[in-house]
Amino acid sequence: MNTKRRASAGWHIFNAANLTFLTILSLLMFLPFLNVLAQSLSDSNAIIAGKVLFTPVNFTWINYQYVFSDAAIWRSFGVTVYITVVGTAINLIATASLAYPVSRQEYVGRKYVVMMVLITVVFSAPLIPNFILMKTLHLTNSLWALLLPGAISSFNFFVMRSFFMQIPGEIIDSGRIDGCSEMRMIWSIVLPLSKPVMASLGIFYAVGHWNTYMQALYYINKPAFWPLQVKLNQLIQSDDISIDPSASQFSSLAHMNPEGIKMATIIIATLPIILVYPFLQRHFVKGMMIGSIKA
Amino acid sequence: MATNIQASDRAGFRTQTNKSLISFMWKYKALYLISLPGILYFIIFKYVPLFGSVIAFQDYNIFNGIAGSKWVGLEHFRRMFEHYDFLKIMNNTILIGLYDLIFQFPAPIILALLLNELRVVLYKRVLQTIVYMPHFLSWVIVGGIAVGILSPSTGAVNQFLSWLGFQPIYFLGEESYIRSILVGSGIWRDSGYGTIIYLAALAGINPDLYEAAEVDGANRWKQTMAITLPSLVPTIMILFLLHIGKFLDFGFERVFVFLNPLNVNNGEILDTYIYKQGLLAQQYSYTTAIGLFKSVVGLLLIVIGNVLSKKTTGESLY
Repeated sequence: MNTKRRASAGWHIFNAANLTFLTILSLLMFLPFLNVLAQSLSDSNAIIAGKVLFTPVNFTWINYQYVFSDAAIWRSFGVTVYITVVGTAINLIATASLAYPVSRQEYVGRKYVVMMVLITVVFSAPLIPNFILMKTLHLTNSLWALLLPGAISSFNFFVMRSFFMQIPGEIIDSGRIDGCSEMRMIWSIVLPLSKPVMASLGIFYAVGHWNTYMQALYYINKPAFWPLQVKLNQLIQSDDISIDPSASQFSSLAHMNPEGIKMATIIIATLPIILVYPFLQRHFVKGMMIGSIKA
Repeated sequence: MATNIQASDRAGFRTQTNKSLISFMWKYKALYLISLPGILYFIIFKYVPLFGSVIAFQDYNIFNGIAGSKWVGLEHFRRMFEHYDFLKIMNNTILIGLYDLIFQFPAPIILALLLNELRVVLYKRVLQTIVYMPHFLSWVIVGGIAVGILSPSTGAVNQFLSWLGFQPIYFLGEESYIRSILVGSGIWRDSGYGTIIYLAALAGINPDLYEAAEVDGANRWKQTMAITLPSLVPTIMILFLLHIGKFLDFGFERVFVFLNPLNVNNGEILDTYIYKQGLLAQQYSYTTAIGLFKSVVGLLLIVIGNVLSKKTTGESLY
């Protein structure tokens, strides 16, 4: 009796401590956003004086007005939206059209295709040979450099394949009996059944495109084709590398309010993800599950 | 009737002759056709560069191409190990990888265990929503936020420090902080999201085990040690193996967005070095040798880790 009561007291203390710890932790994850948002809505002098914490000081829209008046940022935004939409479509079509045949027993040699994909997971080519390939194919300095090289993610390929494998062969066979062509079957039986996996992987692919930075840095020199992340990083770095005189292209910005403008750009680049996030959460948790159990 | 034919098709084609194999494949030609673009993709974008890595053994010249460039054997690999810069950067990469393994890898496990103990379901959901979120931000944005809050003049962290009476610190301008910032920002961004997989494993534990333990008089802590942790071992092991395979692969972006001339000494890793020396300074063969070295080490780590894991815990990747 006595021991049980003592154990439950310790249990309550642990619960309270755990709750407090996790609350503080999630605040640590959340407050930086609030700080960025507050700075983006604050007046230049207030930021420089170090007065802005989690609420705007001398509320102003001027940072956003500046960002929205910058044609280069608009263009980068357009590039990002374009590669997100087109890129995700290419990803899903390409991944499904390889993963589906390989999931069916009628596909002779599926083992070799799976092996071919698996090898690229554990052993991949270094940067320079990839760069030389892109140059040889004349894909550098075009948006194709952001769309084609990542058309199929090996990991997502395995996720999709294991999903397709769960579709019973009997359903497909019954379609064949009814005289369905193979393409018709994919279109009206397989794809409708695959909505969950398509939604989950589509989100992962789309977030990947929205956040594209490295590939653009490697393969694209033309400012007109820079996605938002490249533009954003230049803005962020522009103050930080002020020792470097070559960064003076942003000196006109520095006169205005570099911190506020940076923060406003960060908010604009983050907002689309934050806005759709609550609707997507169910899907990405599901996608992570499908991926982790089988692949 | 037709079903029988389909079924026998599937079971029987192996024993059939070449001619009927071809007619079998012809019957399902649509499947083979739609798989072609994907196969071509892997050959062109994955295998061609893989074979193109032979330039590590050449003095590659972009005008002569692979066929016309001179072979130099292991020259670039030798140069690599004699190069002072390389050794320093190798040291950085190993240290940062090690800190990542010690601090970032266990973070989602601990977080998942704590979240799992929360009994208020609604609040648990709210917390999960918040801690998953940073994972969906790009490294550029994480870098931007970090540069903002760590700024010596306007950053929230330094405002807090000065409120406590300390001098402001230029965190990104001193090389002694860069490794902590790299690992810390990784924990901030990814540990919440990493809990998903562990929480799923925790949800899969048979509740009977806990009941039996309670009857035997085990308290909450003992139950965690005897039931919860052992149940997580398979998941931890698989993720650990995948993690050490990427030991030298800390990630280009997450380092590059934080690097500046003041902290580069401690922050430069192989990936950023390859970008600067390879793409920008056009030392194609030398940096390909480094990249190849990195890939081989990664492969070896996976293979060795897999053997060890199979022997000790019975878990393995393949």
